[in-house]
Amino acid sequence: MFSRPAWAGPGKVERFEQALLPHLDAAFNLARWLTGNQQDAEDVVQEAYLRALTFFDSFRGADGRAWLLTIVRNTCYTWLRKNRPNEVSVAFDEELHTTGPEPGNPETLALQSADRRLLATVLEELPREFREVLILREWEGLSYQEIASVAGIRIGTVMSRLARARERIARHLHDRLSKEPKSGL
Amino acid sequence: MGCEDAQELIHGYMDGELDLRSQLEIERHIEKCEACAAVYQVQQRVRSAIAHPSLYFQAPAGLDRKIASALRKAERAGRSPLGKSWPKLWRAAGVAAAFAIAAAVIWMAVVLPRRSSEDLIARDVVASHVRSLMPGHLTDVPSSDQHTVKPWFNGRLDFSPPVKDLAAEGFPLVGGRLDYLAQAPVAAAVYRRRQHYINLFMWPESRGGSAKPGPQARQGYNLLHWTGAGMNFWAVSDLNMGELEEFVRLVSS
Repeated sequence: MFSRPAWAGPGKVERFEQALLPHLDAAFNLARWLTGNQQDAEDVVQEAYLRALTFFDSFRGADGRAWLLTIVRNTCYTWLRKNRPNEVSVAFDEELHTTGPEPGNPETLALQSADRRLLATVLEELPREFREVLILREWEGLSYQEIASVAGIRIGTVMSRLARARERIARHLHDRLSKEPKSGL
Repeated sequence: MGCEDAQELIHGYMDGELDLRSQLEIERHIEKCEACAAVYQVQQRVRSAIAHPSLYFQAPAGLDRKIASALRKAERAGRSPLGKSWPKLWRAAGVAAAFAIAAAVIWMAVVLPRRSSEDLIARDVVASHVRSLMPGHLTDVPSSDQHTVKPWFNGRLDFSPPVKDLAAEGFPLVGGRLDYLAQAPVAAAVYRRRQHYINLFMWPESRGGSAKPGPQARQGYNLLHWTGAGMNFWAVSDLNMGELEEFVRLVSS
């Protein structure tokens, strides 16, 4: 291959990578929670990046993360419709519950693991439409407006889905949350 | 504000998504209402629980390099990455485009010329009718007798057009005439209804010049076209369409 002349500036792929590879974690986390599987998430994310490159000319550089997450989300649903049309539940993922730093004494550690396992299960059991709104809000910190645009729903729907998702989690964790508010959960 | 409204809006409040007025209303409500304050506390804990980093899946090491290499490969191949990932979609789009083009070509190559040829014949039929009404042009063989008119066409045309005497039904035969339509000689039988003349043009279907059967109006004349017994028929007159249709029923029965 010929190298690109200096006056041409960075090529399309270079500009694309600069703008969008920093959001790889956000893309992967969303894909991982929506597919429920490590390998599928990797495939979906790679496919989403390839799609994004095709549409890169239409990207105006406003917010690369929300733009990319929209494509990741759509790629996820296309993939799910094709590969798991009848899927209802997600298999329990051992890896999720054995990673992460675990400070403190063994007793606290056990309690925290149990709480997080419960929480992860509750999250996995949420309908995808609720889960994705929660992920975009709690981990990506997107505004309601951005979430509405990523998920293709109205802002009012964003708030009601968030409310229902959080209430459901609160119900499931009710005992621990009320009895041991300082358990570190 | 009621507790039900407040507990839905609490989420907008926590997320800083409410307008200032609603924000203050919720704040005041939580200060006064113990139940809603408890919900708020629980929801705050839910939020911080979810925010725990162990629930966040970081991209596995090496995925960025894998993607970077896939991107370059796609770009180098100079083809749309969609071509691989979305073959069905693009194939469907291609097929749809091909159909649209084919439909346009058929429209232009077949339907439009046919429409204009239909148009042309109808125009010629009216022109012939108008010309026949000029003095001395109506008939070559003036006769109200079908047994005179019909044989008259023999030797002048290579087909034998049906000629009926419909005097009893109020459409007396006036005579016959040779005319020229659709680039060939045709038979014209002339009938009359009161003071209105009717030209009935006839020629074999095999010669072409068929059009969509049915009535139409043109330059104040009514036209009726139909086919039957291997013949093209065009009836044209300044007679009203109702009576022209009656005439056609009688002729074709």
